[in-house]
Amino acid sequence: MTELLDKIALYLSYPFVQYALIVGVLISLCSSLLGVTLVLKRFSFIGDGLSHVAFGAIAIATVLKLTNDMPLVLAITIICAVLLLRTGQNTKIKGDASIAMISVGALAVGYLLMNIFGSSGNLSGDVCSTLFGSTSILTLSQLEVWLCIILSVVVAAVFIIFYNRIFAVTFDESFAEATGVRSKLYNLLIAVVIAVIIVLAMNLVGSLLISALVIFPALSAMRVFKSFKSVTVCSAVLSVACSLTGIMLSVACETPVGATIVAVDIVIFFVFMIIGKLSSKSVR
Amino acid sequence: MPQLKCKDLSLGYDGIEIIGGLSFEIEKGDYLCIIGENGSGKTTLMKTILGLKQQLSGTVEFGDGLKRSAVGYLPQQTDAQKDFPASVWEIVLSGCLNKMGARPFYSKKEKQLALENIERMRLTKLKKRCYRELSGGQQQRVLLARALCATKDILLLDEPVAGLDPKVTAEMYALIDELNKKDKTTIIMISHDIRAALKYADKILHIGDTVFFGTKEEYLSDSSLGFGKEGAV
Repeated sequence: MTELLDKIALYLSYPFVQYALIVGVLISLCSSLLGVTLVLKRFSFIGDGLSHVAFGAIAIATVLKLTNDMPLVLAITIICAVLLLRTGQNTKIKGDASIAMISVGALAVGYLLMNIFGSSGNLSGDVCSTLFGSTSILTLSQLEVWLCIILSVVVAAVFIIFYNRIFAVTFDESFAEATGVRSKLYNLLIAVVIAVIIVLAMNLVGSLLISALVIFPALSAMRVFKSFKSVTVCSAVLSVACSLTGIMLSVACETPVGATIVAVDIVIFFVFMIIGKLSSKSVR
Repeated sequence: MPQLKCKDLSLGYDGIEIIGGLSFEIEKGDYLCIIGENGSGKTTLMKTILGLKQQLSGTVEFGDGLKRSAVGYLPQQTDAQKDFPASVWEIVLSGCLNKMGARPFYSKKEKQLALENIERMRLTKLKKRCYRELSGGQQQRVLLARALCATKDILLLDEPVAGLDPKVTAEMYALIDELNKKDKTTIIMISHDIRAALKYADKILHIGDTVFFGTKEEYLSDSSLGFGKEGAV
C-alpha cells in the first residue's frame, strides 16, 4: 500500500501529471453541470453524437494538415450541436434518430478520410487514441492547459449566471417561453456550451467515452437527491471526485485514463442506486 | 378595450389550415371555456395566443395594459416532468422569471411572491418536497402557483383536470373558480368536460366543424349545436 502511495506521490511531482489533474477536474466539472440538463431534456446521447462529429472534424483537420486543429473542430462541433438541439422538437426526423444519423455518419466519414488521405503509418493507433483518449491527456502543452482553464471558467460562469433560466427552460420550455424567457436562445446557448465541453473532453477520455462523463454523474445524483440544485451540486462533486480517482488509479496501475475514469463513474452509479433504493424504502 | 382580441385567426401546421375564421374578445374577469373534439385545434389556439406558435393569418392583440409575457400558463404535463428532480419551491419560483429583466438571480421580492402563492395553493407543507413524488392534484396546484407568480391578470389553462380523480377535479375547479371570482383573474380554459364548462364558465368558445363564440346562455339555446333543450349536457 505504502509503495503505491509513494508511487502516486512521485507521479504527482511531474508537471504533466499536474496538468492532467487540472484539466481533468475542470472538464469533469463542466460536463457534469450541463449533464443534468441534457439528461432531463432527453438528450443523453447528444454527447456521443457530437463527439463523433468532433472525431470526423479531427480527421478533416488531419487531411488538411492543419497544425492546430482546435478552431476547426470547435466550429464544426458547435454547428452540429446547434442543428441537433434545434431539430429536437418538431421535425420530420426525430431527435434520437437525427443524433444517431449524424453520429454514425461522422464516424464513418472520419475514418474513411483518415484511411484514404492519412499520412501516418500507424492508422489504427491514431484512430484508437482519438476514440479512447489514450495518453493524450498526459501530453498536454502549457498552452492547451491555459485554453482549457479559460474555457472552463467561461462555461462555469455562463452556467451560474443563467442557472435560473436554464432550470426554467429544462423543466418546462413552453411555460418559460410563454412568460417571456427566450427559450430558443437558451437552447442555443446550451448547444454551444456542450459543444465546447465535448471538444475539451476529447483530450481526457476520447470521443467514445464522453457521454459517460456527461451522463453518469447526473444519473447517479438523481438516484439520491430530489431538488434541481442538490442534484446539480452533487453531480459536479461526484464528477470531479471520480475523475481525480480515475486519473490517479490509471497513473498508478498504468491503465488507460479514459476507460478508468468511466469505470469509476460506473461503480459510483451503482453505489448511488443502492443508496437511493435504501433511502426511499426507509421513508415509506 | 378588451384584454384579449383575436380577429380572423387561422391556425394550422405547415401551411395546412386546421381551423379558420376565429374571432373573439375577452374582457377582464371573464371565464372562457374552449371546447371541441380532439384535434380540433384547442391547444394550437392557446399556443398561438401565448406566442408559442405562429398563426397562418389573422391577429392576436393584448389590451388593457396586458403584456404578452405577463400571462400565466398551465400547460399539459410532459413526460420529462414526471421524473424531474425539482422541489416545489424551485418550480414555483421559476414563475417569477418574467419579472427579472436581465437580473440573473431572484431577489427578496420574487421569493416573497412565490411564498404567497405557495400558501394560496395550500402547498406550504410540501414546499421542500420533490415534484415527482406528489400526487396528480398536488402537481397541478404547484403548476398553478407557478402560473400565478407570472401574472395576476390572466390564466390560460390547458386541460387542468386531465387525469385527476373526481374529488380532486372538483377541488381544482373550485380553486380556479375562486381565483376568477375573488381576484378577478381572467380564465381561459381548455376542457373536455362540457358539464363543468357550463357550470363555471360564463363564455364558451366551441371549435370544430361548427365554430361558436358567445355567452353560456347563448350556447345553451343555440339549437344548431345539439345541446340545450335536449339536455345533451
